[in-house]
Order: sequence, then structure tokens, then C-alpha cells
Amino acid sequence: MNMMSEAAVEKALEQKMSDVSHKMIGKDVSVYYGEKRALFDVNLNVRENTVTALIGPSGCGKSTFLRCLNRMNDTIENCRVTGKITLDTDDIYDKEIDVVELRARVGMVFQKPNPFPKSIYENIAYGPRIHGLARNKADMDQVVEASLQRAGLWSEVKDRLHESGTGLSGGQQQRLCIARAVAVSPEVILMDEPCSALDPIATAKVEELIHELRANYTIVIVTHSMQQAARVSQRTAMFHLGQLVEENDTDKMFTNPDDQRTQDYIMGRFG
Amino acid sequence: MTDAITPAAIPASAAPPRRDIGIKRRYAAERRFRAYGIAAISFGLLFLFLLLWSVVSKGYTAFQQTTITIPVEFSEQIIDPDNERQTDPRKLMTANYPNVARNALAKVLGVSTDDRAALREVNGLISDSIRTQLRDMVIANPAIIGTTQTVSLLAHGNVDSIFKGQVDLTVGEQNRRISDRQVGWMNELSASGALAKQFNAGIFVNGASSRPEAAGVGVALIGSFYMMLIVLVLALPIGVAASIYLEEFAPKNRFTDLIEVNINNLAAVPSIVYGLLGLAVFINFMGLPRSASLVGGLVLTLMTLPTIIIATRAALKAVPPSIRAAALGLGASKMQTIFHHVLPLAMPGILTGTIIGLAHALGETAPLLLIGMVAFVANYPTTPLDPSTALPVQIYMWANEAERAFVERTSGAIIILLLFLLVMNVGAILLRRRFERRW
Repeated sequence: MNMMSEAAVEKALEQKMSDVSHKMIGKDVSVYYGEKRALFDVNLNVRENTVTALIGPSGCGKSTFLRCLNRMNDTIENCRVTGKITLDTDDIYDKEIDVVELRARVGMVFQKPNPFPKSIYENIAYGPRIHGLARNKADMDQVVEASLQRAGLWSEVKDRLHESGTGLSGGQQQRLCIARAVAVSPEVILMDEPCSALDPIATAKVEELIHELRANYTIVIVTHSMQQAARVSQRTAMFHLGQLVEENDTDKMFTNPDDQRTQDYIMGRFG
Repeated sequence: MTDAITPAAIPASAAPPRRDIGIKRRYAAERRFRAYGIAAISFGLLFLFLLLWSVVSKGYTAFQQTTITIPVEFSEQIIDPDNERQTDPRKLMTANYPNVARNALAKVLGVSTDDRAALREVNGLISDSIRTQLRDMVIANPAIIGTTQTVSLLAHGNVDSIFKGQVDLTVGEQNRRISDRQVGWMNELSASGALAKQFNAGIFVNGASSRPEAAGVGVALIGSFYMMLIVLVLALPIGVAASIYLEEFAPKNRFTDLIEVNINNLAAVPSIVYGLLGLAVFINFMGLPRSASLVGGLVLTLMTLPTIIIATRAALKAVPPSIRAAALGLGASKMQTIFHHVLPLAMPGILTGTIIGLAHALGETAPLLLIGMVAFVANYPTTPLDPSTALPVQIYMWANEAERAFVERTSGAIIILLLFLLVMNVGAILLRRRFERRW
């Protein structure tokens, strides 16, 4: 990505951000694992076409909050969520909401690259197939190509689409997972420490990709790396002991945070 | 958030010189443990070898059978003296074929047809089962009546045992079943090449017989085949469905815990108890026929289910949660996640468990004894409702027979059973290889 286009993207986004529109709104979100309370009344809004980074020490509840956003917590036994989370205008914990449809709208990329043990093509095609997004083979080919293009993986794998997805390198696997998430045309993409299992070069590629994806998707990313949060995000939310400490523009957060705990954490005094 | 431990907190003097203590002992312990392991494996291999050696050395002769190949005159005078076969076809069924064979052998040995005592001894060389052999030949082609054909007649079981060297001929004649004169004839026939060993196809196709030379595992094979089919068709879907429900859908509470404990306990219930259950439920209550492979199959299904359920649940548990998360995260429903991703990945484990369960069922004897499958069945069962036996039961029955010739049959049947088990296990390995995927 060259500097010119980056500047152009930046400018376009600047304009969008001026009239702040919230893609997802979390209000008084609390999460309990059985008796244990993991999140305490978190109020956090996710802006559209923005990368929001969730930071904080281990066990602070940032991943828990992330998993509330597409109800992945539902799969955990004894997990209970209170409060209200909306996607656009829909309350995602409403009984009327179909979890399957929600997860098609709010995609997820996991910490460890987890491609299906199938071909690269099948990895991408699976989502569109179960959601009926492609009418025929040609359609599907197009979806697969477009998704891999978006994830910047097309040129690397176009000659071996029918080889196993697990045969790729770690970084490629993670980008394959991002392409897989993109293939179902979600509105929001959640990323749970997507680079923690990758080497610095692969990490740089994924970060660059996140940057590009922002034009079309709303992204929420959990990260342990302060530098990464500073590099990829526009908004940052700091969690500590299950509470939202501070949420602010990333620039402000890393230069002049409002909360002392944020400052301490960013400076490396704890965590 | 942990308090940093400052270097000053550690007493400087406490640098214990324990590095060289125990290291030698540790290595020695490791070497000893390896030696124990190798000893254990060698011990196991030794016994496996002994088992195979004893079975094979006793049983391989069962796959050869002694026959007497001589020209047989299908004399019209004996088979159909009154020439009634055109009007009464049953005549050919009841004709005196043993005499045809006896006379043929007497002629070869130069025994006069008037010497009744000698003729009886001649008759003792041939199996009684030649009655059906010759009858089938004549009925298939009545034109051979009046002609002379060269026929391989099955030798009597006692002749077979002597010819294979399994009987000690130094024992006094009165303590043997074969007289010295008969042994002399055998040598004569053997020298002329008439008495010879041939491949014994009969052991695979014949049904039960009180004459060892004519007995085979044919009925038992069909019975076992039906039972395996029934177990596979019932136990695999039921077991897999139960496991998927328990593993993926069922809420974790006291009730499902109880079910789980009980399934694990059922796997340890002695198989004869399943036989009693089958007797009570399938035969006495439901009125299904005794000795039927259907009932045997149902009982073995009950017995195999816990094995399959446990193996399937383990296989499902072994699928990495990241695959489930990936599918769910894409918006796949629970069903789609399980059937598109989890189940295919669990397939090798499920199939291995199933085949091991089947192999276990194939070798099971005790429950079949209780539902009446320990029976003398000479005719092939056409449906699973007909009486039949099973391979292990056939082995059990032969092991109880007195004749020397049944000893090799018993071992021969064990070899056949072991071969089937080997084939199934190889199948399990191949399936495992075929389906195994890395992630």
C-alpha cells in the first residue's frame, strides 16, 4: 500500500468519522461464568468503518466482551450475559434474533489460525454455501477469488486452490481465515488476538490487511501488543478487572490518556 | 501485578550443592524402566507367538483332506436294479451309493465281494458322506449310470488322521479305530497315488456333521455374517446418534451424568448377562425364534453399543474446539457444524471403534450359547430367522467332540476366525489412514 492511497483512505474515513455513527452499541453489558462475574456493566460503542482495539492485561474481560458481540459466549456452558447490545438497531440478544444470521453479519477471526482441514477453495466456499450466497459454480468461483483478493492472499494461492488449507504457513492460514470471514460479507469483523501466533513479517501483513479492510468493514480487535493497537486502530478501549477503564481515540490514548491506570498499563507498569 | 522478588530476598548462602545428587540414580531408574518395558513387550510377544504357533501347527492340516481317487463304476444293478428311475425319480435319491463306492474300492484293493468282513473294513476307509457326493453326481447327470468315472472319494476321518500322522500306530490294533489290514491298504493306495491329500474346500462350505471329514464352518460363517450385518446396521447409527446427542446437544446435568456412568458400566457387563437379557426379551417376551442369527445379532448389538458410544464420544471430543469455533463463527448452525466438520474429522475414531466393537462381537460366544445358537445345523440358513451357528460357537462345539480329526478342525476354525479378525483390523487401519487428516 503506498502512501498516497493511504492518505486518501484516511481522508475519506476522517470525513465519515466526523458524523459519528455507531455500528454496535453495548449498554451495561455484564457477563457471568456461573457464579463468577467477568464483566461489570460495560458501556462501549463500536464506530462504523473504524478499527476499535480492545487492550488490557490478561483476564481483564476484553475477549469476553468481544465474544459477546457475535454471541460466541452462547457456546460456553453456564455463561450468562446481561445488558443490551445492538447491531444497527437490532438487539442481538433478543429472542427474535437468529444467532446464525447474527454470526453471518458479525464474523470472527480467532487467535490461532483455524482453517478447516479442507482445500483452500472449500475453506472460503463453505460460508457462502451454507448462507446461499452463490447461485452456481461460477458465482462461487467469483466469491472465492474476491475474498482471497481482499485478504491479499490471491496471488499466493491462486495456483493451488485445491490443496489443503492446513498446508499454508501460519500467516497465510490466518489470512485465509480472514478471507473466510470476509466471504460471507459480514458487516463487522471481530478479531481475537489475530497475530499472537504469527511472526513479525506475517503480523505486518495482517496489520496491513486490517488497515485495508476498514474501508468496507467495522473491525474490533483484541490485542496484547500496545504497538499493534497503536498501529492499526483508531479507537482504543482499555479493560481492567472486568471493567472498561477508558475508551478514547487511539492517538489520545497513547499520548495523553484520561485514566491513570491506562497510563500505567501503556507504560508497562503492570499487566 | 505480582510483586517483584528482589534479589536481596534470597539468602546468598543458600546455594545448595545438590546438582550431582541423584542424577546417576535418575538415569539408572530410567534405564531400569525401559528394561521393564522391553521385558513386558517381549513377554507379550512370546505369548502371542506361542498362541499362534500352537493354533497354526495344530490347525493347518485341517485345510487339507485325504481323498481316495479311484475309478467308480456307477453300476445300474446297485443304483437302480429295477429300472424305475424314469417313473420314480426318488429312486435315485435313496439308492445304495455307499455300496457303489465300497465295491469300487474293493475292486482296486483286490478284495473279493464275498468276503463280508473284509468289505466292512474296506467300507471303513471311506467317509459316509460319499453317499451325498455320489448321489449329487448321479442326479446332476443320470447318464453316468452304467459308466465308470474317476472320482475323488472323501476318506474316512480316521484314515485322514493316520495319513496326516496324527495317530500313533505303535498302539495295539485293538486300541485303534483302524486295523492293521486297513493300514496296509492305505499304504498300497498311497503308493499307487490314489490316496492323497487335497485342498479342503469343504471346511469352508460344509455345515455341521458328526463325521469330522465332512464337517465345515459354512453355516457358522453365514450365521456370523448375518450377525455382523445386523450389528453394523443397528449399532453404528444408534451408537453414533446417541454419542452425538450426548456429546454435543445434551445439557450437562445429573441425569446425563447418570446416563454416562451407566454406558461406561454397560461396557463392562459380562457378555453372558447380555445373553440372558436376549433370552428374556427377544425370545421369551418378543417370541423371536431360537438359534436365529437375528436374535444373536440383536444381543451382540446391545453388547457392542457401549463400545461404539464410548469410542465415538472420545473421537468427537478429540476434534479441536477451534474447528467448532471456526464453523460457528461463520454462522453455521450447530447441526451444520457437527455434520459438516466435526463428524468427518471424528470419522477415523468412530470407524476404528466400530470395527473393534464388531471384532469383539464376532468372537463372542457366551451370549450366543444362551439364545440357543449352540446347535447342530447342517443346512444353510437362508434368512436371519433360520437356525444357524456362529464361528466361535462352532469352535466351542468342535472342541467338545471326541474324534481325533475334530482337534485339527477346531484349530482350523480358530485360524479362520483369526483371519477374519485380522482382515477387520487391517480394514480399521486402512480406514483410519484413509480418513486421517491433520490440523
